[in-house]
Amino acid sequence: MSADLIVFWVSAPICVGSAIAMLFEKNAVHAALLLIINFFTIAVFYLVLDAPFLFAVQIIVYAGAIMVLFLFVIMLLGVDRDEELTERLRWQRPAAVLMGIGVFAELVFAIRAGVGFSTNGVRAFAETANRGGNTQALARSLFRSYFFPFEATSILLIVAAVAAMVLAHRQRRAITRAEQAQAAGTLAEAEAAP
Amino acid sequence: MSTPIAFFLVVSAALFTIGTVGVMVRKNALVIFMSIELQLNGVNLALVAFSRLHGNLTGQVLTFFSMVVAAAEVVVGLAIIVYVFRRRRTANVDDLSVLKW
Repeated sequence: MSADLIVFWVSAPICVGSAIAMLFEKNAVHAALLLIINFFTIAVFYLVLDAPFLFAVQIIVYAGAIMVLFLFVIMLLGVDRDEELTERLRWQRPAAVLMGIGVFAELVFAIRAGVGFSTNGVRAFAETANRGGNTQALARSLFRSYFFPFEATSILLIVAAVAAMVLAHRQRRAITRAEQAQAAGTLAEAEAAP
Repeated sequence: MSTPIAFFLVVSAALFTIGTVGVMVRKNALVIFMSIELQLNGVNLALVAFSRLHGNLTGQVLTFFSMVVAAAEVVVGLAIIVYVFRRRRTANVDDLSVLKW
């Protein structure tokens, strides 16, 4: 049994287990923490799959930035109370679970038909695709073949940042000219008083 | 590396399915959003596994873009949730039915 197979069989149950636990967790903060565990195990998978750059990005961006943002919003809104479990449509939950089992079976069937359960990745991935290091090879691909999409994502990020500011900005009540004059008047009185 | 690629694909299928069920079952808008993140991560894992299977970096580049889009999506989505919470004092999706006919 090789090392990467052991790593896989250690990470995979944690990965799927934390995801299922997140599904049943009523407290939003605990759900977020379970999701962070899940993201870390996915990062381990990236390392096993010879993608060390995405391993780092997964931990920094997903487990770090995005989940901190989630926890921040949970704390900000104070929705860390337990969720109410009364269901308005009584059949919705069993139907969702049934559909989930169906989708999973279908996907596994597709994987079996398309890839097969004994197919390994290409040999010498490090010497061919990852030539000169994964980060360097990824940068080569990104800045040569995918340069336009890369620039488009920068526009996307700017638009998203502006959108978040517009949405989250609390509209202050506009100060009317009369109030301004009154404030100036009281200020002048206060200055004149002593 | 001797782990069959299909193992990773099955894990990614499981993550995607759990995320889908989470979106349909949960009531808290934030947890629904987390389930969407889980779905995105399942797909990312499948892309990286396919990249390893075919021996080129296209899947990894696509995962990189997917992460950028996910970051932008989280920012806008959380801003919308904060905005809705400020108006309606709730993050429960069952209470947000104004747009429903």
